[in-house]
Amino acid sequence: MQRHLISAADLTRDDAVLILDTAEEMARVADRPIKKLPTLRGRTIVNLFFEDSTRTRISFEAAEKRLSADVINFTAKGSSVSKGESLKDTAQTLEAMGVDAVVIRHGASGAPYRLATSGWIDAAVINAGDGTHQHPTQALLDAFTMRRRLVGRDAGLGQDLSGKRITVVGDVLHSRVARSNVDLLHTLGAEVTLVAPPTLVPVGVETWPCEVSYDLDSTLPKSDAVMMLRVQRERMNAAFFPTEREYSRRYGLDGDRMAKMPEHAIVMHPGPMVRGMEITAEVADSERCTVVEQVANGVSIRMAVLYLLLGGNEPAVTHARTNEEK
Amino acid sequence: MSKILIRGAKVLGGEPQDVLIDGETIAEVGAGLSAEGAEVVEAAGKVLLPGLVDLHTHLREPGREDSETVLTGTRAAASGGYTAVFAMANTFPVADTAGVVEQVWRLGQEHGYCDVQPIGAVTVGLEGKKLAELGAMHESAAGVTVFSDDGKCVDDAVIMRRALEYVKAFGGVVAQHAQEPRLTEGAQMNEGIVSAELGLGGWPAVAEESIIARDVLLAEHVGSRVHICHLSTAGSVEIVRWAKSRGIRVTAEVTPHHLLLTDELVRTYNPVYKVNPPLRTERDVHALREALADGTIDIVATDHAPHPHEDKDCEWAAAAMGMVGLETALSVVQETMVDTGLLDWAGVADRMSVKPAQIGQATGHGRPVSAGEPANLALVDTEYRGQVDPAGFASRSRNTPYQGRELPGRVTHTWLRGKATLVDGKLT
Repeated sequence: MQRHLISAADLTRDDAVLILDTAEEMARVADRPIKKLPTLRGRTIVNLFFEDSTRTRISFEAAEKRLSADVINFTAKGSSVSKGESLKDTAQTLEAMGVDAVVIRHGASGAPYRLATSGWIDAAVINAGDGTHQHPTQALLDAFTMRRRLVGRDAGLGQDLSGKRITVVGDVLHSRVARSNVDLLHTLGAEVTLVAPPTLVPVGVETWPCEVSYDLDSTLPKSDAVMMLRVQRERMNAAFFPTEREYSRRYGLDGDRMAKMPEHAIVMHPGPMVRGMEITAEVADSERCTVVEQVANGVSIRMAVLYLLLGGNEPAVTHARTNEEK
Repeated sequence: MSKILIRGAKVLGGEPQDVLIDGETIAEVGAGLSAEGAEVVEAAGKVLLPGLVDLHTHLREPGREDSETVLTGTRAAASGGYTAVFAMANTFPVADTAGVVEQVWRLGQEHGYCDVQPIGAVTVGLEGKKLAELGAMHESAAGVTVFSDDGKCVDDAVIMRRALEYVKAFGGVVAQHAQEPRLTEGAQMNEGIVSAELGLGGWPAVAEESIIARDVLLAEHVGSRVHICHLSTAGSVEIVRWAKSRGIRVTAEVTPHHLLLTDELVRTYNPVYKVNPPLRTERDVHALREALADGTIDIVATDHAPHPHEDKDCEWAAAAMGMVGLETALSVVQETMVDTGLLDWAGVADRMSVKPAQIGQATGHGRPVSAGEPANLALVDTEYRGQVDPAGFASRSRNTPYQGRELPGRVTHTWLRGKATLVDGKLT
């Protein structure tokens, strides 16, 4: 595995399966009375958030603390960044304080890649979401959730998602979650179908390893998991679709549509949900919806990623790193 | 002024000849000329071209002297074999009055590395709303004949029509930066396969092509000529080809970087590849090369766009658009056009000197290498191959996309009206 985690596309099938397996072990820690491992004791991780994202930051923070890392939270608002400091200077300042890893969320696509490859800093870089590019830990936690639900918690160990049919619905154009998921799910052997109005599908999508459909109803019966993406209301002001109501009618998931899915199929959402827009309350609160599970799994996945990137040969997890750097 | 004998140069790539410069003009061209009383420049194996003319340079002065000045920019030009550059109007203040264009023109004259012909803004403040005093800029000492809001598109069809009409009174030309603004809001790179993967805002080819299509039709309607800046797509080539076949008076330029680089480079997220118009696809690159070879595209223009280091040493979205080009242009053209067999050296002289001088009406430039003509010349070692090292640039800025890339050709000498501005690769 690489020293950084920038894109889901950088992960090999074996990398990804190892992360999922490691996350299962990390999940067991959460069942203990003392939810803490000493693995990253003495290591310092900064959560460098240039965009508001309470959920993702808290998830990383929980993962870091469970691994006993020292955690620094840096949010751009009210910091030197708002006074014009560059990304490079911010990163170098933090590294000078002795940071081993930088978890970065940034509004500009490619900012984590620049941080990892420009020679500005030596620390490991973990992408916590960049612009409309990638959000690899989200894709990993989604895959983890799918494997548990569709393959099985124990039966899934060592397995990928071969043959599983995953449908991703919504604003693909502006979604880093969709891009990451297409890359990772393809790597794991799943068949991905994107469903969206044509305005919300990027030009160039034809080279992605997935199918594209404009019709949700015909796709649902062929889905093992349906992932609904958040659709921001302001999109309709840019003529991506006429009205909120029309979007909901054509691409929203309600109880009737959910009934068209196979019985075993699950409904996923990366959150935050816009109830009444892409998903109705009935679906969001149903047994088949894994939103809350995804949040819990996010902590396990982030523990696994941090451990594998930073933990070296510490014995907290039984697997040794064998993959060569890509 | 003393005499200079350039001995054994392949004039426009042809048979070796001697060229005798006397004072500001070429006195004689022929075989075995006498070296008596002349300083001799041994030029065996090298190619002699008329001094290059760049119709599209950003010199940044006044206003952004941290990235380039008229002095550093014209030194860069001389290094690249140029004897005349047209300075774009997007300075601070904007070159939209006689005062600003005269200032830029005078600085060029004072420094003496290269003739600087200012381009006037089409509209006040480049805002696209109100015509600038085009006539006053033309009548000023700078004698402006080319007008452009480059950096911004004159997107209002009525303003564009009026500008095209108005400059006919004094034989001017409007150079359009073709970019439909609504289609390129938030655009960061060419829209296509790579932008879809990288999650960078797409800059569709149609945003360029639709403006070009509109403007050639406007030019036809009002009987004016129009020049298209930095054409970058295969579709734009088709539109210009069609317009020319219809007799519309349109000329077009292509930059060296659009002849060589593609949007695949953006995968590095290195803003050194961020430029307006954006790097396009392999297919576009080949269409542009063919169009330059067959004359559909008239000229190569650098769009030399210096930026300070900090404006490129950052994340992609925050970075400035543009690349320096004066000191690498001829090498890139040799790599993409000459070494590929698409163009001979006479063709290079035509596309990089003769035609741009004609479009911009740069008197004394782009002339034949023959007796009685002004001695504006560039001598090129075409056998040279070497890595581009920005540390050696004369430009104040280093934002080249070619750092470390091996390119052919090196300008060793440049003469501006008989005065050497570059000798053995060193500025005088």
